[in-house]
Order: sequence, then C-alpha cells, then structure tokens
Amino acid sequence: MADTAIRTRGAAPPTRGGKKPGRLPRAAVHHPWWFALPAVAVFAAFFLVPNLLNFYYPFTNWSSYHPDVAFTGLDNFRTIADDGSLLRSIRTTLLYAALAALFQNGFGLGLALLLEEDSRFNRFFRAVFFLPVLISALAVGYVFQALLDQDGAVNAALGTDIPWLGSTTWTVVLVSVIHGWKWMGLAMLIYLAGLKGIPGDMLEAAKVDGAGPWRTFRSVRWPMLAPALTFNVTTALIGSMNTFDIVQATTGGGPAASTEVFNIYMFRIFGQGLYAQASAMSLVLFLIVVVIAIPLVVGLRRREQTL
Amino acid sequence: MTSTPGTLPRPGTAGISGTGAAGPRLWRYGRPALVVLLAALAIGVPLWLVLVTSAKPQGEAVRPNLDPPRHWQPADNYADAVGQGEMLRGFVNSLLVVVPSVALVLILGAGAAWVFARRSSKLVSAAYALTISGLLLPPAVITIVMELRQLGLAGTRPGMIAVYTGMYLSTSVFFMTGFIRTIPTELEEAARIDGAGPTRIFLRIILPLLRPVIATATIMVMLYAWSDIFYAFFVLGGGDGATLPINLYQVAGAQLYLNNWHLIFAYVVVMSLPMVAVFLVAQRKIVSGITSGAVK
Repeated sequence: MADTAIRTRGAAPPTRGGKKPGRLPRAAVHHPWWFALPAVAVFAAFFLVPNLLNFYYPFTNWSSYHPDVAFTGLDNFRTIADDGSLLRSIRTTLLYAALAALFQNGFGLGLALLLEEDSRFNRFFRAVFFLPVLISALAVGYVFQALLDQDGAVNAALGTDIPWLGSTTWTVVLVSVIHGWKWMGLAMLIYLAGLKGIPGDMLEAAKVDGAGPWRTFRSVRWPMLAPALTFNVTTALIGSMNTFDIVQATTGGGPAASTEVFNIYMFRIFGQGLYAQASAMSLVLFLIVVVIAIPLVVGLRRREQTL
Repeated sequence: MTSTPGTLPRPGTAGISGTGAAGPRLWRYGRPALVVLLAALAIGVPLWLVLVTSAKPQGEAVRPNLDPPRHWQPADNYADAVGQGEMLRGFVNSLLVVVPSVALVLILGAGAAWVFARRSSKLVSAAYALTISGLLLPPAVITIVMELRQLGLAGTRPGMIAVYTGMYLSTSVFFMTGFIRTIPTELEEAARIDGAGPTRIFLRIILPLLRPVIATATIMVMLYAWSDIFYAFFVLGGGDGATLPINLYQVAGAQLYLNNWHLIFAYVVVMSLPMVAVFLVAQRKIVSGITSGAVK
C-alpha cells in the first residue's frame, strides 16, 4: 500500500499540472483508459459496426431467397425509388416527426406552465400526466385504436361515425398527436426544470419594469427555456423518426400506406425476406437523420448562445 | 388548491398568477379547474376505457365504449390474459433481457464516463464523441440482425442484451460524464494521497456519488427496453424468448374473427404495473434526476 502511494505521488504531484518526461502522463495513471474500453468496445461492436455494414448491404442482393450475397449496385435504391415507397417514407416520416415534436413540446410546455407552482395539487397532477410515459408505446397504440376505431369508444360517446384512423390525409396527424400525448409528461418535466432554473430576481425585474405575463413569458421566460427546448425538440425529433410501436398498433401503416414511416416499411419488407431492400431504407433513414438532426441540434445550441 | 397560499411568495410564481386586474382571481380558480378537466379528458378517459374494458366479457368489449361493464369478470379476463398471453414466460423473458442490459449500460457507462470526464486528450475526446453519437444516430436494425447471425447470437438473449446495451450506452455515458464533471477532483486526489488506486477510487468514490444519475439512467433504460418491441422483433422474434410486448402483439394479432379488447387491456394493465410501481416508489429521484441531467 505504502509503495503504491509513494509511486503514485512520485509520478504526479496532485496539485501541479504537466507531465514528467519519460513517465506515463498523470491522467493515464489516475484514469486508466481501460475503464472506458468495455463501453467503447460494446458500442463499437453492436452499434457502430452495424451502421458501417449498413453502408455495404444496401448495395447487395442479400435476401432470404439467395444463399449468398452478391454486389448489385444501386438496384435496391432503384426499386424503392420506382415503386414510390422511398419518397413516401421520407415524406411521411418527416411530417410525422415534425408534428410529433410540435405536439409533444406544445403539450409539455403548456402543462409545465399550468403546473409550475410547487404545490401538492400540482405535484399530483404532474404524476398523472407522466403516466403515459410509463406505459409501453405499443399498449398506448392499442388504447387509441380502441378509442378511435370506427366502432370505437369516441364515436360511441359522441354518437358519431367518423373513421378517425381511416383518412389518408388526417390520420397521420392524429397518430402524431398520440405520439405527443405519450411523451408530453417527459417534456413537461424538462420544461418544469427549465422554469425552475430562471432566477427569481429576473422575473421580479421584469415585473418592476411593468411587463405583463405575456411579455414576461416572451422576453424572459421563453429565452431562458432555450436549453430545455433544445433537449426536448432534439429527443422528440430523434424519437419520432425512429417511431414504430404507436403507428403499428393504431394503423399498421395504413390507410393506403399514408402512415408508413421508415420503421414500418423496414419491418414489412424484412418480413418478406428482402433484407437488402430493408437495409437500403435503413441507410436512407440514417442519412436523413444526419442531414436533418445534426444541423438542427447545432442550430439550437447556437440559438442558446445568442439568446 | 390546498397549499397555494403557502407557496405564493416565491417570486417566480408571481408572473403567471397575475393576468391584469381581474385576472388573478380567475386564474386562481380557473387554473385548477382547467388542470382537472384536462387530466380527466386526456388521462382519465383512456385509463377508464382500459380498466372497464379489461373487466368486461368479450361480448360487451367487442365494440369498446366507456360504459361500465354490465357483467363484471375481471378475474376471468386477467387469468385468460396471463394464460393465453404466456404472461409469466414473457415476464421472465423480459426480466432476463432488461435487467442485464440495464446493469451493463450502467457499469460500462460509468467506467467510460469517468475517463471521458477526467481526461482531455484529443483521443479521449474523439472516443467520447463517438460513444455518444448513438444519442442522435439511429441503430441500423437490419444489419444488426446480419451481424448477430454471423456471431451466432441471432434470436438469443445475449444478442438482445448486446443490442440494447449498445443502443443505450450513449445515453448513460452522456448523462454520467456531465455529472462527473461537476464532482470536484479534490475528492479523488485526497483518496489518492491516502494510497487508493484507480479501481478503488472508482468503486468507493465515483460510483457512490453517481447514485442520482444511476437512478435516472436505470429508469430511462428500463422504460425503453421494457416497452421495446421493434428491436425485439428483429433480434428475438416470436419464439421462446419472446418478451412481454411481443406477447401482447401476438394476443392482439390473434383477433382474427372477433375483437378481444378485454384480453388486450387486461394484458396492458398487468404489463404496465411494474413500471408504474417503480415510478411510484422512486418518483422523487426520477423526477429530479431527469430534470437535472437534461437542462445542463
């Protein structure tokens, strides 16, 4: 023990910076890299490698019908472009993601403002609105199918006969509302934390200056909520681009494929044994996320700095 | 409603409670009324539908509605859901994948986060950036299957655990690194002077201090993995290893001739109970953990 202590101290005086020549740097002794190795290895093997493979298999004929995999160039992309599924999936997914992010943040921010004060009443209702987050998205989908089916509970209660889940235009909007409903509790918590982080004297100052509640919100609270907004919009967009369960359980991609987002398509095509074609769609999703999400996150971060 | 007067003096609340001259009173009574109304419509109605339908006989549940059951048979439905849905097997299967995944995500994540937070070389920064890239990038689910087949892990629990661990490591590394950066290094230095090596410092100082983030990460990863069906479909499939959500999907898929909402919702209730229970027990920790990590 004593030996270790001396050696460690000798190698790196704890209060001074800089390395001693000919020795391991202080950081390497105190925080050895092998602590990070298992995580990096697992992540590389089961997240990065599949994503790299995903740049090769879309260009092959990998499927359940061929015993071996051969390079076929852009065939798969040509197929999905020609049958219209490529553009449709892109359009549907982007629309769904934008709407879901909008609803999730709108509901979440509204609830946070309603339940901001730290009273027992509010704490109880925060937990109530958090309930959907705890329920699996598949179950949420079934609940809303039972509600919105033409033979379902909403039509029964209203005495109407509206095919809520049968519109090729509006059903995708409705399903994204369900997505927003499922995750609004999480957004609410994060906005609540953002609201709590606003210094009291700042609001006091705004009040002294004669700012009403709307003005205070727009000029003080909203800018101060920027970090919470960044986090919420990012997670909502990423989450909804990867959506599957809610759509599968409510519409299964229908009607007429009008809610067929990327993951629904991949699931369907993979089930038909057309692995490479599914992989091509998966690559498109990857590229879309990179092209859209990353500039968005950077932009939102920059917005935080300037506000 | 009950404790409003006691908490009013906080300056932060003054802004919203005043809406002009006639506003405050309207807001004071209107707000709780609005909250209750919203909760009843947005949460109460779906919850009620689930609970009453799960207690109805099939004949009443075929066309789901909000009427209370004329004939109560919750016990039969829940027994059927447990039996036909292979719920016990699904429950054990879910536990056998989710618990090891969560444990690995936490342990591996904490070790990596410690290094990433404390070292600042270019290589370490690059490794950190790479490891948290999973926060944004989507998992390549199709080629994951390809890879697992070649490794002989397709359709197995270790394969599923590896996939979940890879998917959620980014989240835990991100949150934990942020947290460790706020822990003063003096604590470690003092222990080092007392002769503690890195392993000892990690186990005795860093891990205990990480408890709040660990609580949050546990909940979030558990929540995602417990309800996941998409990746479970691809990796595990519907065989013997099927988890609870896959079983639920199969129960719902079995309604070929007649809707079986009564069974679906009995299943939904039982499947959701563990997560609701965990939330109720650890509510305060979860809430503070989620909120403190996110807005940094």
